[in-house]
Amino acid sequence: MDALILQILNGLDKGSAYALIALGLTLIFGTLGVVNFAHGALFMIGAFCAVSLSKLLKFSYVTIDETQKDFLGNPLKVETPYVESWFGPELGASIIDWSVPLSILLAIPVMILVGLIMERGLIKHFYKREHADQILVTFGLAIVLQEIVKYYFGANPIQTPPPDALMGVSNLGAWFGLDLPYPNWRIVYFCFAALVIAGVFSFLQFTTFGMVVRAGMADRETVGLLGIDIDKRFTVMFAIAACVAGLAGVMYAPINPPNYHMGMDFLVLSFVVVVVGGMGSLPGAVLAGFMLGILESFASTTWATTTLPGINQIIIYLVAIIVLLTRPRGLMGRKGVMEE
Amino acid sequence: MSKTNYTRRGVLKTGAVAGAGVALPTIFTAQSAAAYTNEPTGSTVTLGFNVPQTGPYADEGNDELLAQQLAVEHLNGMGDGGCLNTFSSKALKGNGILGKKVEFVTGDTQTKSDAARASAKSMIEKDGAVMINGGSSSGVAVAVQGLCQEAGVIFMAGLTHANDTTGKDRKANGFRHFFNAYMSGAALAPVLAKEMGNDRNAYHLTADYNWGWTQEESIVASTEALGWNTVNTVKTPLASTDFSSYIAPILNSGADTLVLNHYGGNMINSLTNAVQFGLLDKVVNGKDFKIVVPLYSELMAAGAGENIKGVLGSMNYNWQLQNEGSKQFVKSFGEKYGKPPSNSAQTCYAQVLLYADACERAGTFDPCGVAAALENFEFDGLGNGKTLYRADDHQCFKDVLVVRGAQNPTNAYDTLEIVEVTPADQVTYAPNHPMFGGDEATLGTCNSGA
Repeated sequence: MDALILQILNGLDKGSAYALIALGLTLIFGTLGVVNFAHGALFMIGAFCAVSLSKLLKFSYVTIDETQKDFLGNPLKVETPYVESWFGPELGASIIDWSVPLSILLAIPVMILVGLIMERGLIKHFYKREHADQILVTFGLAIVLQEIVKYYFGANPIQTPPPDALMGVSNLGAWFGLDLPYPNWRIVYFCFAALVIAGVFSFLQFTTFGMVVRAGMADRETVGLLGIDIDKRFTVMFAIAACVAGLAGVMYAPINPPNYHMGMDFLVLSFVVVVVGGMGSLPGAVLAGFMLGILESFASTTWATTTLPGINQIIIYLVAIIVLLTRPRGLMGRKGVMEE
Repeated sequence: MSKTNYTRRGVLKTGAVAGAGVALPTIFTAQSAAAYTNEPTGSTVTLGFNVPQTGPYADEGNDELLAQQLAVEHLNGMGDGGCLNTFSSKALKGNGILGKKVEFVTGDTQTKSDAARASAKSMIEKDGAVMINGGSSSGVAVAVQGLCQEAGVIFMAGLTHANDTTGKDRKANGFRHFFNAYMSGAALAPVLAKEMGNDRNAYHLTADYNWGWTQEESIVASTEALGWNTVNTVKTPLASTDFSSYIAPILNSGADTLVLNHYGGNMINSLTNAVQFGLLDKVVNGKDFKIVVPLYSELMAAGAGENIKGVLGSMNYNWQLQNEGSKQFVKSFGEKYGKPPSNSAQTCYAQVLLYADACERAGTFDPCGVAAALENFEFDGLGNGKTLYRADDHQCFKDVLVVRGAQNPTNAYDTLEIVEVTPADQVTYAPNHPMFGGDEATLGTCNSGA
């Protein structure tokens, strides 16, 4: 029983990342009609915002300690972060310790800017082109972005730990007499994802801007005829989608050390999530994200891999096939989306 | 209207003469006249360095390349001479190899077998490389070794740890300086018994490919020989990034030890996830929960950060070794590049020097002559202490290091501490050991490409 609940928690956690990325993908597809293969790279850039701020806060001045030696036998160069000398050792260390949550403040403007540059600079030129062209150009862009990151940060994963206060595990089943130790940061990640998803839905549901965007997603032409510049709003939605992916990446950094390839690792699965959820359906993307996350977790249990070897590697694609055979538009897909 | 006087016979004659003319240079310079593949005829000799320059092991590949460049410098008499000063064989004089200046070309393995074969093939066929060295994966090593055997050049493997490289897939033209999974198990077992006791329940997470399987087999055999019980062995897909769903079942499995048969990014993520789930803070069966990472590298240690504190593993080499060869190599590498060398750098450096030395001693670049010079060659002074290149399987036998994640690192390179230097005798096995292909495994015959 304990193991079962733990796998559900793991699934929700994995599903959080899938849902956040798929939500952004669906926003872009639903508004601009673009299949954005560079969306995984936005997730990766978000994670590297956390890495960058952490490195920036650790930017140090060097003093020579004659009493210690380096690996060549020379006096040791001791590095002290400027932050610690400006704010004192304790406060400085705390600021460095909280670098991941603080990165959210950096990631929001950075991701909006990246999103705007990407949309205005490249993707807008492909609106009227075939989906195959869009896929090729965005996939190429993803490779360029990851190679840039590799050039500056290397290919090795970079440890970006959460604040000390949020490390460790909590027994989530203590009140019910169950033994359910679960990492604190993963709980934070799930709550954060839920908040972001709720924020995006509220924005679209309860603001005038969101209402216009939803109307544009349903019938772009009519909204345009009413004199509303829907393109400008859709560009803003692209930036918001980039921001959602970036924030998902920032908070994911302590779960698995960021590396330049992490966006690609999530990209294919997120596309499957979008297709299973239904192209253009935001609730579908979220539902499918959590559903496939949980299924993947269960398929990785010892029982499942012993009973059906290799099931953990194919479960998501198997479910996608079954869903598409029984519901060709996905779980919550609408008629007319990506159909002639 | 134009008129031509071409006849069928005339076209055939012209074609035959032109064809012979075009082929003439290669007829007299290529293999029909050469004694062996890519016999150097000018004043230079070309070596091929095949390392991952892109992909997940690009940093490791870069370190290998730095070491290979350093070796070429030392062979050509530049720099401080490095391990030419400490190498027990005195055949190398710093004037290239057999008086020919050493040049090199590089290829990108991408850590993919097909890409690695393609880049090695290009270096052999287009650039005239007489030897291929480098790599950071056993799959790549086995693939490139097979290619070199077919092409008639020597393959001096880089980082490859699977038993199969010098086991069932051993080749007469291939040589491995790096240690292997069996040696990791044999070196680790006594230390594990001393530090953790003989009554442990081990749970293995294993990367689902050739190297992972051979390492799991080796570690299970050596720990069960201690009296440990293997609770479960779970294969994880190589492409896995989040291991939480594999870690969670361990919590209720009754295991008190987790063995991570993972390398590179897999190991960094699985160890990070295991620590996140508080495994190292648990007490199971009255014992502190422990994690073992049988194969360590400096880059993995750096990537894992604080998570590796206290975690035991094994290595082929560590820059903290205090023998003369190691001190000299660390000095040369450190002064040139500003950082200590990794164990993948050291194995590539040693392999380039060993190849050059074998050519000098054999008096030829002929792969069969070089192979004969390397077989049963005993040497010292390259950083690992006394070493034997065994003739039966072309595997080096030397001391193996058992290391632990440093508890209180003083700098960025102080990530691992040496716990024990396991003597070579303790990690030596029979050439027909069942884990290495048994009696059926043979080197075959040397191919010079003639």
